[in-house]
Amino acid sequence: MTRETKSWQDIPIAGVCWKPATEYHTGDWRTFKPVYASEKCKKCLLCSMICPDAAIKWNETKEVVEFNYDFCKGCGICANECPGRAIQMIRESGE
Amino acid sequence: MSIPQQKVLALNGDEAIALAAKQSNVDVVAAYPITPQTIIVERFSEYVADGEVDTQFVCTESEHSALSACVTASATGARTFTASASAGLALMHEILYVTSGCRTPVVMAIANRALSAPINIHCDHSDSMVERDSGWIQLYVENSQEAYDSTIQAFRIAEHLDLLLPVMVCLDAFVLSHTLENVKVLPDAAVSKFVGEREFIQVKCHEGTKVPFRLDPKNPITIGPLALYDYYFELKRQQEEAMQKASKIIRDIHDEFCELSGRKYGNGLVDAYQLKDAQMAVVCVGSTAGTVKTVVDQLRLRGIKAGLLRLRAFRPLPTTDIQKALANVEIVGVMDRSISFGGQGGPVFHEIRHSLYESKPHPFIQNYIYGLGGRDMPPHSIEWIYKDLEKTLKRKMVETRVNFVGVRS
Repeated sequence: MTRETKSWQDIPIAGVCWKPATEYHTGDWRTFKPVYASEKCKKCLLCSMICPDAAIKWNETKEVVEFNYDFCKGCGICANECPGRAIQMIRESGE
Repeated sequence: MSIPQQKVLALNGDEAIALAAKQSNVDVVAAYPITPQTIIVERFSEYVADGEVDTQFVCTESEHSALSACVTASATGARTFTASASAGLALMHEILYVTSGCRTPVVMAIANRALSAPINIHCDHSDSMVERDSGWIQLYVENSQEAYDSTIQAFRIAEHLDLLLPVMVCLDAFVLSHTLENVKVLPDAAVSKFVGEREFIQVKCHEGTKVPFRLDPKNPITIGPLALYDYYFELKRQQEEAMQKASKIIRDIHDEFCELSGRKYGNGLVDAYQLKDAQMAVVCVGSTAGTVKTVVDQLRLRGIKAGLLRLRAFRPLPTTDIQKALANVEIVGVMDRSISFGGQGGPVFHEIRHSLYESKPHPFIQNYIYGLGGRDMPPHSIEWIYKDLEKTLKRKMVETRVNFVGVRS
Protein backbone atom coordinates (compact mmCIF):
# COMPACT_ATOMS: atom_id res chain seq x y z
CA MET A 1 0.00 0.00 0.00
CA THR A 2 1.24 3.47 -0.87
CA ARG A 3 2.25 5.28 2.33
CA GLU A 4 0.83 8.78 2.92
CA THR A 5 0.94 11.16 5.85
CA LYS A 6 -1.67 13.79 4.92
CA SER A 7 -3.74 15.22 7.76
CA TRP A 8 -7.53 15.20 7.99
CA GLN A 9 -7.52 18.90 7.11
CA ASP A 10 -5.58 18.27 3.91
CA ILE A 11 -7.51 15.42 2.31
CA PRO A 12 -10.65 15.91 0.21
CA ILE A 13 -14.06 15.47 1.83
CA ALA A 14 -15.59 11.98 2.04
CA GLY A 15 -12.49 10.28 0.64
CA VAL A 16 -12.89 11.63 -2.89
CA CYS A 17 -9.81 10.24 -4.63
CA TRP A 18 -7.37 12.89 -5.78
CA LYS A 19 -5.06 10.32 -7.33
CA PRO A 20 -5.69 7.75 -10.03
CA ALA A 21 -6.06 4.20 -8.72
CA THR A 22 -2.96 3.19 -10.72
CA GLU A 23 -0.78 4.92 -8.12
CA TYR A 24 -1.76 2.28 -5.61
CA HIS A 25 0.51 -0.67 -6.34
CA THR A 26 -1.65 -3.54 -5.20
CA GLY A 27 0.87 -6.07 -6.49
CA ASP A 28 2.58 -6.18 -3.11
CA TRP A 29 -0.41 -8.11 -1.70
CA ARG A 30 0.87 -11.08 -3.73
CA THR A 31 1.96 -14.40 -2.18
CA PHE A 32 2.34 -16.37 -5.43
CA LYS A 33 3.84 -14.91 -8.58
CA PRO A 34 2.93 -16.07 -12.10
CA VAL A 35 5.99 -17.09 -14.10
CA TYR A 36 5.62 -17.39 -17.87
CA ALA A 37 7.26 -19.93 -20.18
CA SER A 38 6.98 -18.44 -23.70
CA GLU A 39 7.93 -21.71 -25.45
CA LYS A 40 4.77 -23.41 -24.04
CA CYS A 41 2.48 -20.44 -24.83
CA LYS A 42 -0.13 -21.09 -27.57
CA LYS A 43 -0.86 -17.34 -27.83
CA CYS A 44 -4.57 -17.85 -27.21
CA LEU A 45 -4.53 -14.81 -24.85
CA LEU A 46 -7.13 -16.40 -22.59
CA CYS A 47 -5.00 -15.27 -19.63
CA SER A 48 -5.16 -11.61 -20.61
CA MET A 49 -8.93 -11.80 -21.04
CA ILE A 50 -9.65 -13.42 -17.67
CA CYS A 51 -7.16 -11.52 -15.51
CA PRO A 52 -9.34 -9.69 -12.91
CA ASP A 53 -6.73 -6.95 -12.57
CA ALA A 54 -6.04 -6.43 -16.30
CA ALA A 55 -2.41 -7.07 -15.42
CA ILE A 56 -1.61 -9.30 -18.45
CA LYS A 57 -0.90 -7.61 -21.77
CA TRP A 58 0.05 -8.95 -25.23
CA ASN A 59 3.33 -7.55 -26.50
CA GLU A 60 2.94 -7.47 -30.28
CA THR A 61 6.62 -6.90 -31.17
CA LYS A 62 8.00 -9.64 -28.95
CA GLU A 63 4.94 -11.88 -29.46
CA VAL A 64 4.77 -12.76 -25.76
CA VAL A 65 2.39 -11.99 -22.90
CA GLU A 66 3.73 -9.68 -20.21
CA PHE A 67 2.71 -9.46 -16.57
CA ASN A 68 2.38 -6.14 -14.77
CA TYR A 69 3.69 -7.13 -11.36
CA ASP A 70 2.70 -3.74 -9.90
CA PHE A 71 -0.93 -4.87 -10.03
CA CYS A 72 -0.93 -8.69 -10.33
CA LYS A 73 -2.26 -9.90 -6.95
CA GLY A 74 -1.21 -13.48 -7.64
CA CYS A 75 -4.69 -14.97 -7.73
CA GLY A 76 -3.52 -17.74 -10.07
CA ILE A 77 -6.56 -17.80 -12.35
CA CYS A 78 -4.30 -17.41 -15.41
CA ALA A 79 -2.13 -20.39 -14.40
CA ASN A 80 -5.19 -22.47 -13.70
CA GLU A 81 -6.88 -21.69 -17.00
CA CYS A 82 -3.85 -21.70 -19.36
CA PRO A 83 -4.43 -24.58 -21.87
CA GLY A 84 -0.70 -24.91 -22.55
CA ARG A 85 0.34 -24.82 -18.86
CA ALA A 86 2.66 -21.95 -19.80
CA ILE A 87 2.11 -20.14 -16.48
CA GLN A 88 3.35 -21.45 -13.15
CA MET A 89 2.70 -19.94 -9.72
CA ILE A 90 5.89 -19.59 -7.68
CA ARG A 91 5.90 -18.51 -4.01
CA GLU A 92 7.35 -15.00 -3.59
CA SER A 93 10.70 -15.11 -1.86
CA GLY A 94 10.12 -11.51 -0.85
CA GLU A 95 10.61 -9.47 2.29
CA MET B 1 -38.30 40.98 5.91
CA SER B 2 -42.09 41.07 6.00
CA ILE B 3 -43.85 37.83 6.84
CA PRO B 4 -45.84 36.53 3.85
CA GLN B 5 -49.51 35.59 4.14
CA GLN B 6 -49.71 32.05 5.51
CA LYS B 7 -52.58 29.64 5.02
CA VAL B 8 -53.84 27.62 7.97
CA LEU B 9 -54.41 24.00 6.96
CA ALA B 10 -55.65 21.04 8.99
CA LEU B 11 -52.74 18.62 8.60
CA ASN B 12 -51.33 15.73 10.54
CA GLY B 13 -47.58 15.61 11.11
CA ASP B 14 -46.95 13.26 8.19
CA GLU B 15 -48.91 15.45 5.76
CA ALA B 16 -47.13 18.55 7.03
CA ILE B 17 -43.77 16.93 6.30
CA ALA B 18 -44.86 15.76 2.83
CA LEU B 19 -45.98 19.29 2.02
CA ALA B 20 -42.70 20.75 3.30
CA ALA B 21 -40.75 18.32 1.10
CA LYS B 22 -42.90 19.23 -1.89
CA GLN B 23 -42.36 22.96 -1.35
CA SER B 24 -38.61 22.38 -0.93
CA ASN B 25 -38.38 21.17 -4.57
CA VAL B 26 -37.04 17.71 -3.85
CA ASP B 27 -35.49 16.03 -6.92
CA VAL B 28 -35.58 12.41 -5.77
CA VAL B 29 -37.67 10.50 -3.24
CA ALA B 30 -36.83 6.81 -2.79
CA ALA B 31 -38.90 5.18 -0.10
CA TYR B 32 -40.52 2.08 1.30
CA PRO B 33 -43.75 2.27 3.31
CA ILE B 34 -43.86 1.59 7.05
CA THR B 35 -46.38 2.66 9.66
CA PRO B 36 -46.53 5.36 10.99
CA GLN B 37 -44.46 7.09 8.33
CA THR B 38 -46.54 5.77 5.42
CA ILE B 39 -48.67 8.88 4.97
CA ILE B 40 -45.57 10.94 4.19
CA VAL B 41 -44.51 8.98 1.12
CA GLU B 42 -48.11 8.15 0.23
CA ARG B 43 -48.98 11.84 0.07
CA PHE B 44 -45.78 12.55 -1.81
CA SER B 45 -46.50 9.84 -4.37
CA GLU B 46 -49.86 11.55 -4.95
CA TYR B 47 -48.06 14.82 -5.70
CA VAL B 48 -45.98 12.90 -8.24
CA ALA B 49 -48.99 11.11 -9.79
CA ASP B 50 -50.93 14.38 -10.03
CA GLY B 51 -48.01 16.12 -11.72
CA GLU B 52 -47.68 18.68 -8.93
CA VAL B 53 -43.94 18.03 -8.64
CA ASP B 54 -41.19 17.00 -11.05
CA THR B 55 -39.65 14.69 -8.47
CA GLN B 56 -38.30 11.28 -9.47
CA PHE B 57 -40.15 8.84 -7.20
CA VAL B 58 -38.38 5.51 -6.75
CA CYS B 59 -40.30 2.58 -5.28
CA THR B 60 -37.84 0.12 -3.76
CA GLU B 61 -38.10 -3.39 -2.36
CA SER B 62 -36.79 -2.53 1.11
CA GLU B 63 -35.62 0.31 3.31
CA HIS B 64 -32.01 -0.78 2.78
CA SER B 65 -32.53 -0.20 -0.94
CA ALA B 66 -34.51 2.99 -0.39
CA LEU B 67 -31.70 4.69 1.49
CA SER B 68 -29.10 3.24 -0.90
CA ALA B 69 -30.98 4.86 -3.79
CA CYS B 70 -31.12 8.11 -1.82
CA VAL B 71 -27.35 8.11 -1.20
CA THR B 72 -26.69 7.59 -4.90
CA ALA B 73 -29.20 10.21 -6.00
CA SER B 74 -27.78 12.68 -3.53
CA ALA B 75 -24.24 11.92 -4.77
CA THR B 76 -25.26 13.07 -8.24
CA GLY B 77 -26.30 16.40 -6.75
CA ALA B 78 -30.02 15.79 -6.40
CA ARG B 79 -31.97 17.11 -3.42
CA THR B 80 -33.09 13.87 -1.82
CA PHE B 81 -35.74 12.94 0.73
CA THR B 82 -37.07 9.79 2.33
CA ALA B 83 -38.92 8.70 5.45
CA SER B 84 -38.96 5.66 7.69
CA ALA B 85 -39.54 4.35 11.21
CA SER B 86 -38.83 1.47 13.58
CA ALA B 87 -37.87 -1.75 11.76
CA GLY B 88 -37.46 0.19 8.52
CA LEU B 89 -34.90 2.50 10.08
CA ALA B 90 -33.19 -0.49 11.67
CA LEU B 91 -32.88 -2.10 8.24
CA MET B 92 -31.29 1.14 6.99
CA HIS B 93 -28.69 1.02 9.76
CA GLU B 94 -25.79 0.04 7.52
CA ILE B 95 -26.64 2.69 4.92
CA LEU B 96 -27.07 5.42 7.55
CA TYR B 97 -23.31 5.27 8.04
CA VAL B 98 -22.75 5.19 4.26
CA THR B 99 -24.92 8.31 3.90
CA SER B 100 -22.97 10.30 6.45
CA GLY B 101 -19.62 8.83 5.39
CA CYS B 102 -20.18 9.82 1.75
CA ARG B 103 -21.32 13.25 2.98
CA THR B 104 -24.55 12.99 1.00
CA PRO B 105 -27.03 15.47 2.52
CA VAL B 106 -30.16 13.31 2.51
CA VAL B 107 -33.12 14.48 4.61
CA MET B 108 -35.21 11.77 6.27
CA ALA B 109 -38.33 12.03 8.39
CA ILE B 110 -38.61 9.47 11.18
CA ALA B 111 -42.02 8.79 12.70
CA ASN B 112 -40.64 7.46 16.00
CA ARG B 113 -42.01 3.98 16.64
CA ALA B 114 -41.07 1.18 19.02
CA LEU B 115 -38.86 -1.70 17.90
CA SER B 116 -39.89 -5.36 17.96
CA ALA B 117 -40.25 -7.70 19.86
CA PRO B 118 -43.05 -7.72 20.84
CA ILE B 119 -44.23 -6.07 17.66
CA ASN B 120 -45.68 -2.63 18.30
CA ILE B 121 -46.54 0.25 15.99
CA HIS B 122 -46.81 3.02 18.60
CA CYS B 123 -44.54 5.78 19.76
CA ASP B 124 -41.24 5.57 21.49
CA HIS B 125 -37.79 6.82 20.55
CA SER B 126 -35.89 3.51 20.47
CA ASP B 127 -35.59 3.52 16.67
CA SER B 128 -33.80 6.85 16.23
CA MET B 129 -31.99 7.01 19.59
CA VAL B 130 -30.06 3.88 18.65
CA GLU B 131 -28.87 5.72 15.52
CA ARG B 132 -27.48 8.70 17.39
CA ASP B 133 -23.91 7.68 16.56
CA SER B 134 -24.50 7.25 12.83
CA GLY B 135 -23.30 10.72 11.82
CA TRP B 136 -26.78 12.13 11.14
CA ILE B 137 -28.05 15.39 12.57
CA GLN B 138 -31.16 14.63 14.65
CA LEU B 139 -33.94 17.15 15.27
CA TYR B 140 -36.89 16.11 17.48
CA VAL B 141 -40.09 18.11 17.01
CA GLU B 142 -42.84 18.97 19.46
CA ASN B 143 -45.82 19.39 17.10
CA SER B 144 -46.85 19.18 13.45
CA GLN B 145 -46.13 22.87 12.88
CA GLU B 146 -42.57 22.28 13.96
CA ALA B 147 -42.42 19.14 11.80
CA TYR B 148 -43.31 21.30 8.78
CA ASP B 149 -40.90 24.09 9.71
CA SER B 150 -38.05 21.73 10.60
CA THR B 151 -38.29 19.77 7.35
CA ILE B 152 -37.86 22.97 5.35
CA GLN B 153 -34.92 23.99 7.53
CA ALA B 154 -33.45 20.47 7.30
CA PHE B 155 -32.66 20.81 3.58
CA ARG B 156 -30.78 24.04 4.23
CA ILE B 157 -28.89 22.49 7.15
CA ALA B 158 -27.99 19.24 5.37
CA GLU B 159 -26.85 20.93 2.16
CA HIS B 160 -24.89 23.71 3.90
CA LEU B 161 -21.43 23.65 2.32
CA ASP B 162 -19.67 23.54 5.71
CA LEU B 163 -21.72 20.52 6.77
CA LEU B 164 -22.92 18.15 4.03
CA LEU B 165 -24.46 16.02 6.76
CA PRO B 166 -27.70 14.04 6.49
CA VAL B 167 -30.56 15.16 8.74
CA MET B 168 -33.29 13.19 10.53
CA VAL B 169 -36.46 15.05 11.44
CA CYS B 170 -38.02 12.94 14.19
CA LEU B 171 -41.71 13.18 15.05
CA ASP B 172 -43.67 11.10 17.53
CA ALA B 173 -45.71 8.26 16.04
CA PHE B 174 -49.48 8.85 15.95
CA VAL B 175 -49.36 11.63 18.58
CA LEU B 176 -47.99 13.78 15.77
CA SER B 177 -47.87 11.61 12.66
CA HIS B 178 -51.61 10.88 12.54
CA THR B 179 -53.17 13.70 14.58
CA LEU B 180 -54.75 16.66 12.82
CA GLU B 181 -53.47 20.04 13.85
CA ASN B 182 -53.77 23.57 12.53
CA VAL B 183 -50.57 24.12 10.58
CA LYS B 184 -49.58 27.48 9.12
CA VAL B 185 -48.01 26.97 5.73
CA LEU B 186 -45.92 29.40 3.72
CA PRO B 187 -46.54 30.10 0.03
CA ASP B 188 -44.64 27.75 -2.34
CA ALA B 189 -42.52 30.60 -3.67
CA ALA B 190 -41.41 31.68 -0.20
CA VAL B 191 -40.23 28.17 0.73
CA SER B 192 -38.61 27.68 -2.67
CA LYS B 193 -36.69 30.93 -2.22
CA PHE B 194 -35.72 30.08 1.36
CA VAL B 195 -34.37 26.63 0.48
CA GLY B 196 -32.79 27.72 -2.83
CA GLU B 197 -30.79 25.59 -5.24
CA ARG B 198 -28.31 23.01 -4.03
CA GLU B 199 -24.72 24.24 -4.26
CA PHE B 200 -21.47 22.29 -4.38
CA ILE B 201 -18.00 22.51 -2.93
CA GLN B 202 -15.04 22.01 -5.28
CA VAL B 203 -12.92 18.89 -4.92
CA LYS B 204 -9.72 17.81 -6.65
CA CYS B 205 -10.47 14.90 -8.93
CA HIS B 206 -8.03 12.21 -10.04
CA GLU B 207 -7.45 14.08 -13.27
CA GLY B 208 -5.94 16.84 -11.16
CA THR B 209 -8.60 19.50 -11.81
CA LYS B 210 -11.08 21.03 -9.38
CA VAL B 211 -14.65 19.92 -10.03
CA PRO B 212 -18.00 20.18 -8.19
CA PHE B 213 -18.44 17.49 -5.49
CA ARG B 214 -21.02 15.36 -7.29
CA LEU B 215 -21.11 12.41 -9.66
CA ASP B 216 -21.06 13.75 -13.20
CA PRO B 217 -19.86 11.74 -16.24
CA LYS B 218 -18.29 14.91 -17.69
CA ASN B 219 -16.14 15.40 -14.58
CA PRO B 220 -15.58 11.93 -13.15
CA ILE B 221 -14.76 11.57 -9.45
CA THR B 222 -14.75 8.57 -7.10
CA ILE B 223 -17.06 8.70 -4.07
CA GLY B 224 -17.04 5.98 -1.42
CA PRO B 225 -13.61 4.42 -1.93
CA LEU B 226 -11.71 1.95 0.24
CA ALA B 227 -9.86 3.57 3.13
CA LEU B 228 -8.08 1.32 5.60
CA TYR B 229 -5.96 2.19 8.61
CA ASP B 230 -4.19 4.76 6.42
CA TYR B 231 -7.15 7.15 5.85
CA TYR B 232 -10.37 5.92 7.50
CA PHE B 233 -9.61 7.71 10.78
CA GLU B 234 -8.94 11.06 9.04
CA LEU B 235 -12.28 10.86 7.20
CA LYS B 236 -14.14 10.16 10.46
CA ARG B 237 -12.36 13.14 12.02
CA GLN B 238 -13.71 15.30 9.18
CA GLN B 239 -17.25 14.14 9.96
CA GLU B 240 -16.86 15.07 13.62
CA GLU B 241 -15.54 18.49 12.60
CA ALA B 242 -18.65 19.08 10.48
CA MET B 243 -20.87 18.00 13.40
CA GLN B 244 -19.12 20.53 15.65
CA LYS B 245 -19.91 23.26 13.14
CA ALA B 246 -23.53 22.15 12.84
CA SER B 247 -24.85 23.68 16.09
CA LYS B 248 -24.24 27.24 14.93
CA ILE B 249 -25.61 26.56 11.46
CA ILE B 250 -28.79 24.94 12.82
CA ARG B 251 -29.27 28.04 14.99
CA ASP B 252 -28.60 30.50 12.13
CA ILE B 253 -30.97 28.75 9.73
CA HIS B 254 -33.61 28.53 12.47
CA ASP B 255 -33.27 32.30 13.05
CA GLU B 256 -33.49 33.01 9.34
CA PHE B 257 -36.63 30.88 9.07
CA CYS B 258 -38.05 32.73 12.07
CA GLU B 259 -37.69 36.00 10.15
CA LEU B 260 -39.60 34.45 7.25
CA SER B 261 -42.35 32.71 9.19
CA GLY B 262 -42.51 34.45 12.56
CA ARG B 263 -42.10 31.11 14.32
CA LYS B 264 -39.24 30.06 16.59
CA TYR B 265 -38.38 27.08 18.77
CA GLY B 266 -36.15 28.31 21.56
CA ASN B 267 -32.77 29.04 20.00
CA GLY B 268 -33.18 26.26 17.46
CA LEU B 269 -31.18 23.79 19.56
CA VAL B 270 -32.90 23.88 22.94
CA ASP B 271 -36.30 25.24 23.90
CA ALA B 272 -36.51 26.48 27.49
CA TYR B 273 -39.86 27.04 29.19
CA GLN B 274 -40.15 28.84 32.54
CA LEU B 275 -36.56 27.99 33.34
CA LYS B 276 -35.25 31.42 34.37
CA ASP B 277 -36.22 31.15 38.03
CA ALA B 278 -36.98 27.43 38.08
CA GLN B 279 -35.94 25.30 41.04
CA MET B 280 -36.86 22.04 39.30
CA ALA B 281 -36.45 21.26 35.61
CA VAL B 282 -37.73 18.45 33.46
CA VAL B 283 -35.78 17.66 30.29
CA CYS B 284 -37.40 15.81 27.40
CA VAL B 285 -37.58 15.52 23.60
CA GLY B 286 -40.56 15.34 21.28
CA SER B 287 -44.28 15.87 21.75
CA THR B 288 -44.30 15.17 25.51
CA ALA B 289 -42.90 18.68 25.93
CA GLY B 290 -46.35 20.07 25.08
CA THR B 291 -47.94 18.19 27.98
CA VAL B 292 -45.09 19.16 30.31
CA LYS B 293 -45.67 22.85 29.50
CA THR B 294 -49.32 22.51 30.59
CA VAL B 295 -48.22 20.87 33.85
CA VAL B 296 -45.61 23.60 34.41
CA ASP B 297 -48.36 26.24 34.02
CA GLN B 298 -50.54 24.47 36.60
CA LEU B 299 -47.67 24.06 39.06
CA ARG B 300 -46.69 27.71 38.64
CA LEU B 301 -50.24 28.73 39.64
CA ARG B 302 -49.58 26.88 42.89
CA GLY B 303 -46.29 28.70 43.36
CA ILE B 304 -44.11 25.72 42.49
CA LYS B 305 -41.04 26.81 40.53
CA ALA B 306 -41.15 24.23 37.77
CA GLY B 307 -39.52 24.53 34.36
CA LEU B 308 -38.88 22.57 31.18
CA LEU B 309 -35.96 22.16 28.80
CA ARG B 310 -36.78 20.53 25.50
CA LEU B 311 -33.93 19.34 23.34
CA ARG B 312 -34.70 20.07 19.69
CA ALA B 313 -31.26 19.04 18.46
CA PHE B 314 -30.00 15.78 19.92
CA ARG B 315 -27.16 15.47 17.38
CA PRO B 316 -25.14 17.57 17.55
CA LEU B 317 -25.71 17.69 21.30
CA PRO B 318 -25.98 21.34 22.38
CA THR B 319 -23.88 20.82 25.53
CA THR B 320 -23.18 24.50 26.22
CA ASP B 321 -26.85 25.45 25.83
CA ILE B 322 -27.83 22.63 28.20
CA GLN B 323 -25.30 23.81 30.79
CA LYS B 324 -26.50 27.41 30.52
CA ALA B 325 -30.18 26.53 30.62
CA LEU B 326 -29.83 24.31 33.69
CA ALA B 327 -27.21 26.46 35.48
CA ASN B 328 -29.52 27.60 38.27
CA VAL B 329 -31.83 24.67 38.87
CA GLU B 330 -31.45 22.51 41.95
CA ILE B 331 -32.76 19.31 40.43
CA VAL B 332 -33.22 17.89 36.93
CA GLY B 333 -35.62 15.12 35.94
CA VAL B 334 -34.73 13.66 32.55
CA MET B 335 -37.50 11.92 30.64
CA ASP B 336 -36.53 9.15 28.24
CA ARG B 337 -38.92 7.51 25.82
CA SER B 338 -36.42 4.73 25.13
CA ILE B 339 -34.14 2.61 27.22
CA SER B 340 -30.54 1.50 27.04
CA PHE B 341 -30.77 -1.92 28.63
CA GLY B 342 -28.14 -2.23 31.31
CA GLY B 343 -26.95 1.31 30.60
CA GLN B 344 -28.16 2.78 33.92
CA GLY B 345 -30.73 5.05 32.28
CA GLY B 346 -31.92 6.21 28.88
CA PRO B 347 -29.89 8.01 26.20
CA VAL B 348 -31.21 11.51 26.98
CA PHE B 349 -30.31 10.98 30.65
CA HIS B 350 -26.78 9.95 29.72
CA GLU B 351 -26.30 13.07 27.60
CA ILE B 352 -27.75 15.51 30.13
CA ARG B 353 -25.81 13.99 32.99
CA HIS B 354 -22.58 14.16 30.98
CA SER B 355 -23.30 17.73 29.90
CA LEU B 356 -23.69 18.79 33.54
CA TYR B 357 -20.47 17.18 34.76
CA GLU B 358 -18.61 20.49 34.59
CA SER B 359 -21.42 22.54 36.16
CA LYS B 360 -20.74 23.77 39.67
CA PRO B 361 -22.56 22.98 41.82
CA HIS B 362 -24.12 19.90 40.24
CA PRO B 363 -27.87 19.79 40.38
CA PHE B 364 -29.41 16.51 41.50
CA ILE B 365 -30.40 14.45 38.47
CA GLN B 366 -32.91 11.63 38.07
CA ASN B 367 -34.08 9.63 35.09
CA TYR B 368 -37.68 8.77 34.21
CA ILE B 369 -38.26 6.13 31.57
CA TYR B 370 -41.79 6.52 30.18
CA GLY B 371 -44.11 5.84 27.29
CA LEU B 372 -42.44 2.75 25.83
CA GLY B 373 -44.47 1.21 23.01
CA GLY B 374 -46.90 4.13 23.01
CA ARG B 375 -47.90 3.98 26.70
CA ASP B 376 -49.79 7.22 27.37
CA MET B 377 -48.11 10.01 29.34
CA PRO B 378 -50.98 12.00 30.88
CA PRO B 379 -50.45 15.27 32.80
CA HIS B 380 -50.90 13.61 36.21
CA SER B 381 -47.91 11.33 35.52
CA ILE B 382 -45.77 14.36 34.72
CA GLU B 383 -47.01 16.03 37.90
CA TRP B 384 -45.91 12.89 39.75
CA ILE B 385 -42.40 13.39 38.32
CA TYR B 386 -42.24 16.96 39.68
CA LYS B 387 -43.49 15.66 43.08
CA ASP B 388 -40.80 13.01 43.02
CA LEU B 389 -38.17 15.68 42.28
CA GLU B 390 -39.52 17.73 45.19
CA LYS B 391 -39.11 14.73 47.51
CA THR B 392 -35.47 14.32 46.47
CA LEU B 393 -34.85 18.01 47.14
CA LYS B 394 -36.28 17.67 50.66
CA ARG B 395 -34.31 14.47 51.26
CA LYS B 396 -31.18 16.13 49.80
CA MET B 397 -30.27 12.77 48.28
CA VAL B 398 -31.10 10.81 45.13
CA GLU B 399 -32.70 7.57 46.20
CA THR B 400 -33.62 5.97 42.86
CA ARG B 401 -31.62 7.27 39.92
CA VAL B 402 -33.60 5.51 37.20
CA ASN B 403 -37.37 5.44 37.59
CA PHE B 404 -40.13 3.92 35.44
CA VAL B 405 -43.26 6.03 35.02
CA GLY B 406 -46.48 4.46 33.85
CA VAL B 407 -45.41 0.83 34.09
CA ARG B 408 -47.64 -1.42 36.22
CA SER B 409 -45.99 -2.90 39.27
